[in-house]
Amino acid sequence: MPIPISYNVRNVMQRPVATLTTAIGIGLTVTIFIGALALAAGFQAALLQTGSADNAVALRKGADSEISSGVSREAADVLRAGPDVAIGPNGRPLVSAELVVVANKERLGQPGSSNVTVRGVDPSAVGIRAEVKIVEGRMFTPGTDEVIVGQRIARRFANCAVSEKIRFQQRDFTVVGHFNAGGASFESEIWGDAAVLIPALDREGFQTVTFRMRDPSQFAEIKKRLEADPRLQVQIQRERDFYAQQSELLTNLIRFMGVFITGIMAIGAIFGAMNTMYAAVGSRTREIAMLLVLGFLPHEVMLSFILESVMLALIGGVIGCLLALPINGIATSTTNFQSFSELAFAFRVTPGALIAGLIFAAGMGLVGGILPARAAARQPLAGALRAI
Amino acid sequence: MSVLNLILVNLGRNKRRTILTMLSVTVALFLYCTLGGVLDTLQEAIKVGSETRLISRNAISLIFPLPISYGSRIAAVPGVKRVAIQNWFGAQDPKDPHNFFAQFAVDDENFFPIYANDIEIVEASPPQATMTLPEGMPSRLASYMTEQTACVIGQKLMTKMGWKLGQTITLAGTIYPGEWPFTIRAVYHAKKRSIGEETMFFHWKYLDQKGMGGRALVGVYILDLSNPGRAADIAKQVDEMFENSGAATRTESEQAFQAGFVSMYGNIPFVLRVIGLAVVFAILLVAANTMVMAIRERTGEIGVLKTLGFTEGIIFGIVLAEAAVITMGGGILGSLLAKWAIEGTGFNFGGFLPPMSVHWATVITGIAIATLVGAVSGLIPAWQASQLRIVQALRRVD
Repeated sequence: MPIPISYNVRNVMQRPVATLTTAIGIGLTVTIFIGALALAAGFQAALLQTGSADNAVALRKGADSEISSGVSREAADVLRAGPDVAIGPNGRPLVSAELVVVANKERLGQPGSSNVTVRGVDPSAVGIRAEVKIVEGRMFTPGTDEVIVGQRIARRFANCAVSEKIRFQQRDFTVVGHFNAGGASFESEIWGDAAVLIPALDREGFQTVTFRMRDPSQFAEIKKRLEADPRLQVQIQRERDFYAQQSELLTNLIRFMGVFITGIMAIGAIFGAMNTMYAAVGSRTREIAMLLVLGFLPHEVMLSFILESVMLALIGGVIGCLLALPINGIATSTTNFQSFSELAFAFRVTPGALIAGLIFAAGMGLVGGILPARAAARQPLAGALRAI
Repeated sequence: MSVLNLILVNLGRNKRRTILTMLSVTVALFLYCTLGGVLDTLQEAIKVGSETRLISRNAISLIFPLPISYGSRIAAVPGVKRVAIQNWFGAQDPKDPHNFFAQFAVDDENFFPIYANDIEIVEASPPQATMTLPEGMPSRLASYMTEQTACVIGQKLMTKMGWKLGQTITLAGTIYPGEWPFTIRAVYHAKKRSIGEETMFFHWKYLDQKGMGGRALVGVYILDLSNPGRAADIAKQVDEMFENSGAATRTESEQAFQAGFVSMYGNIPFVLRVIGLAVVFAILLVAANTMVMAIRERTGEIGVLKTLGFTEGIIFGIVLAEAAVITMGGGILGSLLAKWAIEGTGFNFGGFLPPMSVHWATVITGIAIATLVGAVSGLIPAWQASQLRIVQALRRVD
């Protein structure tokens, strides 16, 4: 018969100070762990929500990002007239040939400057990129020196408020609106009419061409045909896959940092838990001997102490989750060196991260509990009963 | 003396607990100093560039080029001694695209002379042909200078990639498409931290002919000044000269230029500070827990000490010192381990930042924090112990 769990619950309650200090130590580790996961999830989400699986994006062969890509006007025309492109309700092909550059702008609130992506889009096909909603002001008028700014960076950079002027090269562009793109990384960009921005920025062709596929299930076929076309010299990817790939480097870096930091903190927290459990075992020497005399088997005693340790750690895990919850939604930003521009995003504490945090806590309790529990189970009976 | 002995004996009475606590402080301080090291490295990256060299780039952003014609106009500005050209190449190792390293195309007349005090050529192929080298060009670069596809590679990059002098390597272009063969003709050692040792330099002319179709676009101009005191004036003069041209420039010191990259990391320093704080708080808890347990066990003993005439103050001090010794020991161990592990392995961030270092100031701060945290964690148990009434202490039986 196993030792009832209520025995462990009472023991944990019996020593509130030791329980709490150990649990908070484990809890802080869990908080940092969840925080790192939330940071990586938020960053990844911003790029994963960018792009649709129904769209294909063409970049120059070998290009690893939008800014290092280049697609000539001729190639863009070939792509636009292709048979794989879906036709919009107005009878025009759903294609956006785009200029993508970065402009260095002064930050607001933080010292220094950083790069912002400036995207020249095809005004007739803005809709294919994302559900763009104007949250303040209005849409830019095609053919004019007007731009709209993504809502996530509107307050992070200078000259981005509605009706302010922002300068590119020798021309002043008027910010006429702020837009929302459903959490996509486009919300960290400045958009204008490609036909105006390209000459204003002294560019010749486009960087990328994105189009809605008439039949997305035929993607492999379309990719094969377009990549083999000698006039184009492009590589074709699903838009969603492309942006997911753009997030890879930084997501991996954040995950690595998170694992490194919390791994080391976990070692410290495990030592703390071991201390507490050894003390718990030590102060109950006679009690444990009594249990053994009553007929509980050594492995049952061991299991009981391991459970107690895991219980202690789970209290810490819950504290950690509670501490981590408030960071959900906090916005931050960093440079995604793959696109060489600033990307603003929010921490996302996902249910998965919370569960991972609890499992992590339980794991720390398990590892920290094994040795003390073994010590408890292996006590020489006679000596233990005699102990005062 | 007897008090010191007492503290040492007390530390040894439950060796397992003392060691576990010390180890948890050790790992915490290792982490604290590692995070501190990242901040130190970012701080350093702001300062490594030269204050007396200027960098001129396109005012919009780095990805926009400047015309080649600007070079001679900048060189004509009084106070400018030499002007070098540098273009970001951004190619990948075709075998492993994630294996990032920086490559720059640089001009043949001025780049290496300007950086002659920063880098030293440690290995070079013998020259195949003779030519008169430009003034100030390191003589060991003769072989590099006579070969169109030659390149110069940093020592650390050579080791990392396992390359040999004279080897031909092929990179896959991203900005400039196609396959790019290069022959390694020289290896450099970075004497100053302003230039990483994981960088590759090659002929700008090669890039122009093969990659730009002779359009001769320039990434940035590097200005070497004859009178560094006038740097700010010269930067202003250059920018004014091109203010209304096709491509406006932004000229700043090399130091400010490099600091610009650091500021791109955004909030990361703040995040690291928050984590460092959490780590410190976590050690506080572990240490406090240990001290509470240690004192609880010794209640009777403290009663005896008081009976023997130890004053409240001494008892308070003994407990506090015990806590501080444990955490200081762990602190010293962890901080030094971090310094040794990070600087010993030469860890760096892909060449974007100087090699990572942990300053002694960070190590000492870490040890001080550990000691302080130990003392703070011992405060309550120490106070409790000092206030214990002898009668109660002796009566209590655990």
